[in-house]
Order: sequence, then structure tokens, then C-alpha cells
Amino acid sequence: MSINLKTIKHISKLSRISVDEKKAEKLAEDLNSIFDFIEKLNELKTENVEPLTSVAETTLKLRSDEVKSKNLRDQVIKNSPKENEDYFVVPKVIE
Amino acid sequence: MSDITKQSLSELVENIKGKKLSSSEVTKAFVERSKKSKELNSYITEDYANALNKAKKFDEKPNLDLKLPGIPMAVKDLFCTRDLRTTAGSKILNNFVPTYESTVTQNIWNEGAILMGKLNCDEFAMGSSNETSFFGNVQNPIDKNLVPGGSSGGSSSAVAAQLTPITIGTDTGGSIRQPASFTGTVGLKPTYGSCSRYGIVAFASSLDQAGPMAQNVKDCALLQEVISTYDEKDSTSIDFKRNEYSKELTKDIKGKKIGIPKEYRVDGMPKEIEDLWKKGIEYAKDCGAEIIDISLPHTNYALPTYYIVAPAEASSNLARYDGVKYGFRAEGETLIDMYEKTRSEGFGAEVQRRIMIGTYVLSSGYYDAYYLKAQKVRKLIKNDFDDAYKKVDAILTPSTPSSAFKIGEKTNDPVSMYLNDIFTVPVNLAGLPGISIPAGHDAKGYPLGLQIIGKAFDEQNILNIAYAMEEKINFKNNINDWWIK
Repeated sequence: MSINLKTIKHISKLSRISVDEKKAEKLAEDLNSIFDFIEKLNELKTENVEPLTSVAETTLKLRSDEVKSKNLRDQVIKNSPKENEDYFVVPKVIE
Repeated sequence: MSDITKQSLSELVENIKGKKLSSSEVTKAFVERSKKSKELNSYITEDYANALNKAKKFDEKPNLDLKLPGIPMAVKDLFCTRDLRTTAGSKILNNFVPTYESTVTQNIWNEGAILMGKLNCDEFAMGSSNETSFFGNVQNPIDKNLVPGGSSGGSSSAVAAQLTPITIGTDTGGSIRQPASFTGTVGLKPTYGSCSRYGIVAFASSLDQAGPMAQNVKDCALLQEVISTYDEKDSTSIDFKRNEYSKELTKDIKGKKIGIPKEYRVDGMPKEIEDLWKKGIEYAKDCGAEIIDISLPHTNYALPTYYIVAPAEASSNLARYDGVKYGFRAEGETLIDMYEKTRSEGFGAEVQRRIMIGTYVLSSGYYDAYYLKAQKVRKLIKNDFDDAYKKVDAILTPSTPSSAFKIGEKTNDPVSMYLNDIFTVPVNLAGLPGISIPAGHDAKGYPLGLQIIGKAFDEQNILNIAYAMEEKINFKNNINDWWIK
């Protein structure tokens, strides 16, 4: 198992984190040492094991579909880095 | 006045209820000491003026029936606090001021406690030394050059240095128990589903739990009683009968069966840790417990499993930080450019590393090999505990494989940093409660902790065992206030 620079570029794109050459090299080195460590799991046979998705042995509770929080517009926009009236502003998406 | 900060939470509560101390006197004492302790860097955000005002208001009309009447408290900066900046130790949330309150902190204020400020932590709780915080590392009050553990490092240092009578942390892989062990304090990671996750900045949602960090077991039980509530705002909150942990606390643990898992004797474990464990076994026997050898065969696979599950969940949880709705934004030419720059400049190196790992293990073609595999091994780890609990009531292990290490010692080697959590991570994977209590010192005089792991929802039992052992151990922390000039 070896993660090369091409893979790092691909993951960086998927995770929307820009990575320059120098950072990519360091990441490749770190991720390779971490994955060497993770590969230990391959020692185990798990064909017949059910995956554990949640330790909380509970079924999702149903609730009535009613509005509990109202008039939160100001609160929602309060921490916005850039807004115009009631809208979040981002760089132009459509030409 | 000078010895107010030396009192335990239980003593302070008693003194306020008995009108021997006012909330203002107590709050002032902790604020003054916190102000003199800036060098520790325990706080990210101080809220002293508001705290003193709230204490004054409390004293005007004191409600002494509350469980935490007028008690000042600083909390980990991972809990959203209404109108007080909440950063999660990250640049990306540097300017974030929540408009709502986490359930756990709300429960604390409902019982009369007063917020003093927000405590430092590893960025998004990802770290074991508090060195990944955007706001700088924290010093361990035991020794200037030592890390306080992590991720709840500001919390552990603040409790050990008596800047706050008690606090709360969060624990995803050991982030309460390991820093407690490194600072000679008590830390409880409750059963998954015991404390609401609502309003806590999410790291790995199937593992995250909030819990108390205290100077002693009794204080820890009292705070656990306050913070553990069923909450419909958290879909994994579990509706079970919760004890009044502090009232039901007993040192009578005669006949309790305590398991010693042989797999925790890891390669290269320092003799000091081995000796501490042996001593712990003797203490447990002295308390009347029965010691039983057990096996948790998949222990060695817990860390690799954790380093798939936790980053996978983190990469998904942290997708929300995009510079659009809140938090830091870096300007970009296009929307995508803005996202990429925001996340690259806003997250620190460890967080980026974990997002990358998580993205990779969830990406097309790798999901089955990594994430699904890890979930299956997680099942095997949980089965180990289920089998063990057919024979025993609790399990005793060391909390950490070493005492606190030096600042900078492990920052360049992520895997050696991860190995710190070898004894704590399996507990999170299985969703169980675990408590770390200080149990001795190593040759350098640094504290060492023992961990007691319980059955799910059996916090009372491990608190009782910890309470009984605490008396036998009679631990004394060596803190000489070196940082106060």
C-alpha cells in the first residue's frame, strides 16, 4: 500500500482542501505511515461479521412533525462572513 | 479567602449552601487565580466580568436547593455557549458566536453554575497533547515542559491548577481520561448516549461523549448527575433510568468482580505502568473486590479501527466548514476556489490530515476495504467486552502507556502520538463508560492514572469502585504553583 502524490491530489480535490507540492509530499509521507499502521486489520478474517454501525442499541424515535423553532432568520445569518439582506453571499457561480 | 480555590466542588457547594461562602467570594477567588495563571494558556476565552456579575445576581436571591449553587465553572471550548465565542480550538471558528446553548452546559447552568470562560483544547478535539490548538499549547501545572494531555488539555490543566473547581471535557478516543491521567485528576467518559451531544462541536459522532473532569470521584459523580439527561435533540441520546450518582455513591464494593485483561500488557510497556497496575490490583483486593483474569483478544486492533472510523466521521462532519454560513472565509476567485482556500487556511495540519484519511477511506473503491472492514472489527471489539462482562462487573487497566510527555516530543510522528490512546480507544469503540483516577507517580514524580471500565449504563458501579480505591490510594498531586510569579 502506497499513497502517491497523484492520490493526494485526488483526495485534496474531494475534500476541498488546496494542497501545494510541499504540503502534498508531507501528507503522502504521513498518510503512508498511518496506513501502514491501519493495514494491521487485514490480519483478521471478517467475512461473517456484521458491521457495527452504532453502539447505541436504540431505534430512532419518531416525533410529531411540528415547528418548534421560529423566526430564527437573524440568528442564522448572524455569524455569516458575508451577507446581503437575508442571503449568504458567495463568489459568482453562474456566468 | 486564599484557600477557597483549594476546596473541592463538594466543599464549595456545602459552604455556599451553609452560607459560609457567597457565590461572589468563590467566583472572585477562581477569577483571580485564573488571571494569575495566564502562562498555562488554559483559557481560550475569558468571561470573568460576566461571571462576577452573575455571581452577584445569584447572591441577591440565592437558590440554595440547586446542585451547583453559584459555582463558577470554565468549560472546554467545544461546547456551544450562547453569546460567548466557541472556537473548538480552530482558526476556522475563531469568530464564531453561537446563538444557542449545548444541552450539557444548559443542564449545568440550570443547576446554578456560572460560566467563567472557555478552555483550550486540540483543534476539533483531534490530538492527545493540546498541541494542535490554533490558540497555542497548554502547559501542565505539574511541570512547565509537559503537555497536559489532550484533547481536553485546557480542562485538565485548569482543574489540576485549581482555576475552576470542576469542568467538562469531551472524549472520542481518550480525550477526558488521558489528560486526567497526565494531570493527576479524575475524568469520566460516560456511556455513549448518556450525555447529549446537542450543541457540542462534532468530531466523530458515533464515538463523541461529554463527561466531567474533577479533583475527586465524589465531585465527578455530582457533575455526571447534572449533565446526564435524555435529550430529544440528540437522536442517539438514550432514555434510561439515571441514578443520582453522588447520593448513591458508596465505598462498599465487596464481592465486585474486577477483570484484568491480559492483552493490555502491551509490548514495551514501561515497568512503572506495570507496577502501577499491580498496585491497583492490590488496592482493589483491599477494597474487597475479587480479581479475575480475562481476555479481550482484539485489543491490538482497536487503534487501527479507530483511525479509520474517527477520521471517516470527521471528514463528513467537517464538510460543513466551507466559509459560507459561519466561521472563517478566505476570498477566492470562484466558489470552489473559496472553499479550497478557506479549508486550507482555516484548518490546522492535524485536522487536514484526518480529513484526508477520512475522505480516502470513504472514497469510491476503498469503502469496503477500510470503512466497512473497520466497522466489522469494531463489532469484534465490542463482542470481546460483551463476553468479558458475562464474568466480571468492571475492568481495571492503566489509563495511559506512559506519564505526560514533553511539549514537542511527539508532534512530528502522528503514529507515536496516536499510540497514547491505546488503553482508552477500545472503550469508545464499544460505547462503554470509563473513568481514570490518579493512582501514583512515576520516578520523575509525574502522575499516573488507572482506568476502570464498566458495563454500558453502569456509571454508578465504576464510580463506586473508583471512590473506594481513591481512599486506599490516597493520591496527592505535587503542584507548587511555579507559574504564579
